[in-house]
Parts: sequence; structure tokens; C-alpha cells
Amino acid sequence: MSTAFQKVYTQISQITKATCSLKAKGVGYDELATINGKLAQVVKIMGDDVTLQVFEGTGGIPTNAEVTFLGKAPSLKVSDQLAGRFFNAYGQPIDGGPEIEGKDVEIGGPSVNPVRRKQPSELIATGIAGIDLNNTLVSGQKIPFFADPDQPFNEVMAMVAMRAKADKIILGGMGMTNDDYYFFRNTFAGAGALDRIISFINTTEDPAVERLLIPDMALTAAEYFAVEKHEKVLVLLTDMSSYADSLSIVSNRMDQIPSKDSMPGSLYSDLAKIYEKAVQFPESVGGGSITIIAVTTLSGGDITHAVPDNTGYITEGQLYLRRDSDVGKVIVDPFRSLSRLKQLVAGKKTRKDHSQVMNAAIRLYADAANAKTKLENGFDLTDYDNRCLDFAKDYAKQLLAIDVNLNTEEMLDVTWTLFRKYFKLEEVNIKKEFTDIYWK
Amino acid sequence: MVTLRVDGPVMQGEICYISTGGDRLMAEVIKLVGQDAYVQVFESTRGLKVGAEAEFTGHMLEIKLGPGMLSHNYDGLQNDLDKMEGVFLKRGQYTNPLDEEREWDFQPIAKVGDKVQESDWLGQVEENHQPLKIMAPFQLKGVATVKSIVPAGKYKINDTIAVLTGEKGEDVNVTMVQHWPVKFAMTNYAEKPRPFKLLETGVRTIDTFNPIVEGGTGFIPGPFGTGKTVLQHAISKQAEADIVIIAACGERANEVVEIFTEFPELVDPHTGRKLMERTIIIANTSNMPVAAREASVYTAMTMAEYYRSMGLRVLLMADSTSRWAQALREMSNRMEELPGPDAFPMDLGALISNFYGRAGYVYLRNGKVGSVTFLGTVSPAGGNLKEPVTENTKKVARCFYGLEQDRADKKRYPAVNPIDSYSKYLEYPEFAEYIKEHINEEWIPKVLDLKTRMQRGKEISEQINILGDDGVPVEYHITFWKSEIIDYVILQQDAFDEVDAVTPLDRQEEILNLVVSICEDETHSFDNFQEVVDYYKKMINLCKQMNYSVYKSEQYNDFKKQIEEMIQNG
Repeated sequence: MSTAFQKVYTQISQITKATCSLKAKGVGYDELATINGKLAQVVKIMGDDVTLQVFEGTGGIPTNAEVTFLGKAPSLKVSDQLAGRFFNAYGQPIDGGPEIEGKDVEIGGPSVNPVRRKQPSELIATGIAGIDLNNTLVSGQKIPFFADPDQPFNEVMAMVAMRAKADKIILGGMGMTNDDYYFFRNTFAGAGALDRIISFINTTEDPAVERLLIPDMALTAAEYFAVEKHEKVLVLLTDMSSYADSLSIVSNRMDQIPSKDSMPGSLYSDLAKIYEKAVQFPESVGGGSITIIAVTTLSGGDITHAVPDNTGYITEGQLYLRRDSDVGKVIVDPFRSLSRLKQLVAGKKTRKDHSQVMNAAIRLYADAANAKTKLENGFDLTDYDNRCLDFAKDYAKQLLAIDVNLNTEEMLDVTWTLFRKYFKLEEVNIKKEFTDIYWK
Repeated sequence: MVTLRVDGPVMQGEICYISTGGDRLMAEVIKLVGQDAYVQVFESTRGLKVGAEAEFTGHMLEIKLGPGMLSHNYDGLQNDLDKMEGVFLKRGQYTNPLDEEREWDFQPIAKVGDKVQESDWLGQVEENHQPLKIMAPFQLKGVATVKSIVPAGKYKINDTIAVLTGEKGEDVNVTMVQHWPVKFAMTNYAEKPRPFKLLETGVRTIDTFNPIVEGGTGFIPGPFGTGKTVLQHAISKQAEADIVIIAACGERANEVVEIFTEFPELVDPHTGRKLMERTIIIANTSNMPVAAREASVYTAMTMAEYYRSMGLRVLLMADSTSRWAQALREMSNRMEELPGPDAFPMDLGALISNFYGRAGYVYLRNGKVGSVTFLGTVSPAGGNLKEPVTENTKKVARCFYGLEQDRADKKRYPAVNPIDSYSKYLEYPEFAEYIKEHINEEWIPKVLDLKTRMQRGKEISEQINILGDDGVPVEYHITFWKSEIIDYVILQQDAFDEVDAVTPLDRQEEILNLVVSICEDETHSFDNFQEVVDYYKKMINLCKQMNYSVYKSEQYNDFKKQIEEMIQNG
């Protein structure tokens, strides 16, 4: 961008840890500026007093720094050249490749008119029964993993991304360790999928506030491919808890009154703005879609914390991983995991008995959990309790474990086999129309 | 939030439009200090510069009311979403909520010389088989006389259909269009008695266990994933109402899309017509501007009151009122007001109670009745019901349907907690009288008996957990399993099964009687608890199969017979 005729301000009146204030005219809200080359954004205008938030912090900025306003909000150049590239939070290449040429689009653009959306109805098969059978994913859905930091969520997410038949996979990494960044890079390269991948990465080495731009960058790219190219786009955001932490840093520096868990009062809206970019477009506008799979790390498994709590209200379900000590494997927890859109495909795009079989199996798995509590409390188990416990082990090993790779029909057949092996017909509580066919 | 310097009188709450880069952004005045007006802009303020011009409209946030709103989808400020161009919502795009070209078949009701007051009925048009009244202007003062009224025929909404002579002898032209400021309650009725008429929803845990009434209020709090939205959709599909207004307030866009997609196909179980015909959607989904969120619930309520003044039964659902409260919090935060509990504004309780207070069953001045039934969901932070929105709502809503994580985890849907939930209407003598006349005298005592059994069942299950299966007498197991029968057969209901999803009242009565007879049966003797478990599991399975069968079908009768035989023979 040419800066030849732009006015340069050199009198900063106030500098705090994160913001600089100065007198300037004709400045727009949300506009970008550079201060001695550092990027900043207008966050407050009172008459001539303009407050700028400096993304990487104000350390080293003198009161006579050169301030230039760029006349636009943060933006990303979009074109097919994005494919296969790695970028930082400002959308600048970090892979040594050339700059992208294309249309300059402001990030954080407007919302899709709800009447122009289509109800999601296309199944995303992952081969993992804990997902496909119990918590089926649908394109256009937004769903996070709720996971403790030590759980293999990035691995599962990469596996899902590789198996899902998406045209483009966009990775938004926020506060990602360098090791995880290389894990994704190597996995994508190893699968020969690099040309379908676009990554926006903010690692733990980068300034925390820059993270705030990552989801909007990733989703602006996603909207380009979904709207203009009518593609099926899968967006991976990890980790949204680091994003929320940055929000709280900024709101704190802006002297806002914090609400629950020191998070800003607008946390719900801030997160919803990102997740609601997930969309299925109807055929009439080309039928592209954006599906968002995110990660929200929990502290000590606490889901009442403001971040997972607000996320749960926004997203269409959540997936939990858990180590099942009885079978020694990581499973997708069937109790707390939920895909809200599963009924749009279960029994419609899959076999008719899907919903009933799923619910019956989870109910019996819950009975097994009760039996286990009884056992731990030193009570005698009934015959039914013992059968439930045996069922639970097989169920966890053959279906819930994340290393399973089956199609849904096979998953249903396996479940029926387990039902017959351990239970009587009246114990499974399934509609007669299905037991007539499958209880053989 | 934007501060404007004004050069004339401005009122609190006045609407203005700020011009920026070719867009006109709607905003509402929230504070006035000297010549400075603090306004809340309803849209993104990106790029707004100092020096932008603003134009004041002279009125508060109001909506346009008239024929042609049914089956439409509006945003929180009553813009018709279908009329908006493009895939994305453009900033500063405002559309007319009504169709000015459409012609309506008008039938006069009032005659020349009639004395009328504001909102008295002058005529009628029909929309989607609903008789809609054309009323005297809501702003009319005192008593006016009908000077002229057009004969039956086809008219557009802006045509003058009547001329009234006001108290001072001035002419008042009447069209089919009304205006009303959304934040004010309509009080154009003669009396608002205690509501008493059962509102059938087809959801057993509501109708049988904790009924809501026409003109009643209720709320559904629950942590995420416990089925708030599924329950709300079930009610909006099945409830016996003339008009259903759904305010999607700060929730997921896909949930609104589900309504857009399914309602035009689904059939109203009471009239046989398409559900969409009686439905209006006000969508301010979570990614739409927060500032318009507060407006969206008021817009929905004002529409509901409008239809109520025509003598219609309106059901208003808001999902979720917590998002509305959060929007209030964000605004109060920006105004730098001193915060109340959890950083919510101090007057949150007053705002919630005023809003719920607008619902109700009313006698209109012409003796006809109308009602606005209001059901709101609450999304308590962390699933903890001790938070300001839940607590303040509990003070005003008469029905409480508490959704429980534990029930949801066990897939016992709808996850309405049977012990903690309540309907105050069960205690109303007016309601008891109505049930006695329309169903039967034993209904309420039976329901109360089952509630006690549920309570007892819960206590016993806790004891069994402590003492073990063999540590309690066999009778304890019988009592526990009877409560399980109530739970499985009446309370649990499969919202995704075509038959089980909706249970008409007569079928509910039959199920209730059957369950009561299972519970009252004391003739069976069991040697050990295992026999008890086997017997009742078999019973539950039969009852569930019956619930899945078409009412009075051969299959249904067959299961019913098997159940009755089991009660007889054991």
C-alpha cells in the first residue's frame, strides 16, 4: 500500500501497556494503523482523541513514534493462491513463499442472512464410532472438543480432518506450541494433503493479542472458498481457550468490568460471532459449506468455567475424550458428548435403526456405570449388572475407542451383536419394528 | 456506543439514523446530557468517523402492525429477512415489514354512528384462515364516532377503510396499519383475570404433570445439551394456539433454519393446516448485532399483544431470555453503570418481571377473550440455577420446567426434572374447576398422587444406593419401580418419533389411568427384588411399545390388553 500521501502523526499523548492515545482527525472505528511499523487498531474515539490497541504490546514505542492510519480494518487478500500456504495472524506468509495476490477483503465480515441458509443434512463420516454412531457430524456444523490439555485432541482432530472428504481444510492455530504446529504440518504433508490446507498460525512465541485475528482470518479464507468457489470447507480452530484468554487481557486493559471468571461480559457474542460462520449454503447459491471443529481446553475438566460454558450454548454439541481404564484406550465419552445435528442424518442418511440402537446402547452403558459404582461400594452385583459390565467393555473396545475405523452400517451391526450376546429382548427397549429385523 | 451533539429537543429512547460511507445506521438514544445524546447503534460501527451526521425521527423504537405478518421471518427490528438482498446481511439495510401492494378481503364490523375507542374492532380481513381484526387506531384518545366506513371489498393496507370523528370533532383516517412503541405494554383490554384454561401442548410431562394455561407464563432453564430447544420446538409445533411467535434471541442460526425448513411442511395437529401459516419468527441469532437483541423480544411481545387484542390465542416463545439479559449487561457495561450481581444491570429483575407481566388472558371491552402465553428459556451460566436471570425469572413465571443434566446424560428426555419442576396453576381453584368440567374430577388428585410417588421413588433409590439392593425390603423396590413406570411411560417422550412426539389430551388421560392402575395394584407378591425388577421392566417395555403405536390401532389395543392382563395375572 502506498503511504506517500498519508498523514503521519508524531505526538502520542498517552502510552499504556497495550494502548497508545493521540489526537487525530478523520479516523474510523476499527481502522488499522502502524506505530513505528507495529500494527495497531482503533478501539476508541472521543472527539479528536483516538485510542489505538497495539497488537504486540507497546514496549519500545517512544512518544514521538510515527503513526500512520491505513484507512481500513484488518483484511486478507483472498484467491486460489491461498491453498497450501502458511500465514501469521496478519495474513502474511510465514513459509518463505511469495505474497498472495487477490481481492482484499476485510475480516470479520457480515453474517449470513438466516433465510439464505440451508438446513445441514450431509453426513461427515469419520470412521470413529464414538462420533459417527453416537454423535454424528453434519457439514455446516460447529462443534468443539472439550478436552484436558494432556488429551490427544489435536491427533483426533487431524484424523477427522484427513478422513472427512473436505475440499479445503483451514487450520487456525492460536497459542499453539511449535511442536503441535509441526505435528499438523507433518501430518498434512504425510497424507499428501498439503495443497488442500491453509494455515493461520499464532504460536506461543507470538504476542498473545495477535491471536484475536486468527479465527477471523481463517473464516474469511473459508468464506471465500465456500461462497465464491462453492467448496466444502472444514475449519479447525485450536485452541479457543487461548483465544478467550486474549480477549480477557484486552478487556482488562480497556478497564471493562469483568464478568464470570474474569472474562469480558461480551464473551458469548465474541465466541458466537466466530462459530456462527459455520454454514451450509443452498444449491441455489452453489451449495458450499463451512464446518467448524474447534478445541476448548478445560482446566481440571471444569465445564462450568465461562469459556466452555458459553461455548456449549453456542456450538452444536461437544465431544469429550476420556481414557477408559477398563479397556486401556482413549474413547469418545458417550455420556457428555453430543451432536445436536445428528438427528438430521441419523436414520435418514444412515440406517433407520440408528437412533434407537444408539440410545439403547448408551442407556445400557449407563447401567454398567451404575453397576460399577455398586461394585466399588462393596455391594453384590446382580446377573444383569454383570452382563452390563461385560457389555460395556466390549462396547468401549469395539466401538467407542478412537482407533476404530468402520462405516456406520458395520457399527450398527456390531452393536446388535453385542445386544444379543448380553441381553434379553425386553432389556434393550427398542421398537418392535427394528427388533423384528435385527434381533436374529 | 456513539455520542451525538444535537441541535434541538431529543427524547429518551428516540430513534435516529447516522450516516456513514453511504450507509444509514439505526440507533436509539440511551442517555442525554446537555446537548450530548448517547446512542446505541443497532449495527456494526466499523469505519464510523467523528463528524458523521445523524437525523432524528421523532419517535421511539416502534413497529408496524397489520395484516401480512404471518409466516414471515423478521429480524429483531422487524425487517423482513426474505426481502433483504444477498447472502450476507448488509449493514444499513432496512425493509418494509408489510406488503403494501397486497389486497385484502375486507368485511366491515362497525357501522356509521357507532361509538368506538382505541383498538375497538372496525372490520375484519382473513389471513391464512385467521380472522384478523382491523382496529381503531391505538393512539386514539377518548370516544370517537364512526363517520364513514368502506363496504366489503378488496383494499390495500394503506387505503383508508374508515373515517372517525374524534372528541374535538376532527377527522381521523383509519388504515389497516397500526404503530406501537415496543417497550410499552398494550393495555387495551377490560380486565386481566387469573388464567385457568389448559393449553394443550401434547407434551406429557407438561400437560399431565405441570400444565401451562392460556395466558400463563413459564420458563425452561437448563444447562446446554439438556434439550431446551427440542422441547421448545415441540411445544411450538403442537400447542393449541391460533398464532405462534418464536423469538430466536441470541441463539444458533441453524435452529431458526430448522423452523424455516420444517414448519412449511409440518401440519398443525389441531387444524390440519401447515404450521408455518400460524407462525412468525423473530430472529436475532447470536451473530446478529447485540444491540438489536433487546429489541427483538419486545418486538415479538408487541406482535403477540396485537393479535391478542383481536381475540386470538397467541403463544410466544423466547429462546433464550438469558441472551437478552446478556445484551443488557453489555450495554450497561458500556454506559459504565455500576453493576449488580454477576455484572448484570441493577434493574434486571424489574425488566424481567415487567416483560413477563405483559403476558396474560384478557377480557376485551367487547366481551371477547384473547391470550398471550409466554414461555421463555433460560441458559444459566454453568448450569447453576443460582444466578440472577434464573432467580429473577423464578419470581415471576408461574411454571418452572427445570431441565437436568443428569436426566439428559441418561437419555431420559424430555429432561424435565419431575421433582423440582412445578406449575402453580395446579393450585388455582379456577383451573381445578376447568379441569373438572372439561376432563374429569379425578384428574388433579391422580396427578398429585403420582407426583408423591415420584418423590418417594427418588428417596428410596437414594436409600438403595446407600444400603444396597438386599439391604432394603422388597416393598421398597416395588415403590421404586412404580416411580420408574411413571417416569418411563408418562414423563419420557421421544420427540423424534412420529407417534410418540405428540400425545393428545384424551390419550394422555388413558395413559394416566393405566399408570395409576399399575401403581395402585397391590396384589402381586414378589419373593425377591430380582422378580420385582423383571416384572416392571417387562411392564415398561410393553407400555413403551404402546406409546410408539398409533392411538387405538390394533397394535395399540393389543399392547394395552397385554398390559391389563399383566396387572390382572402378574
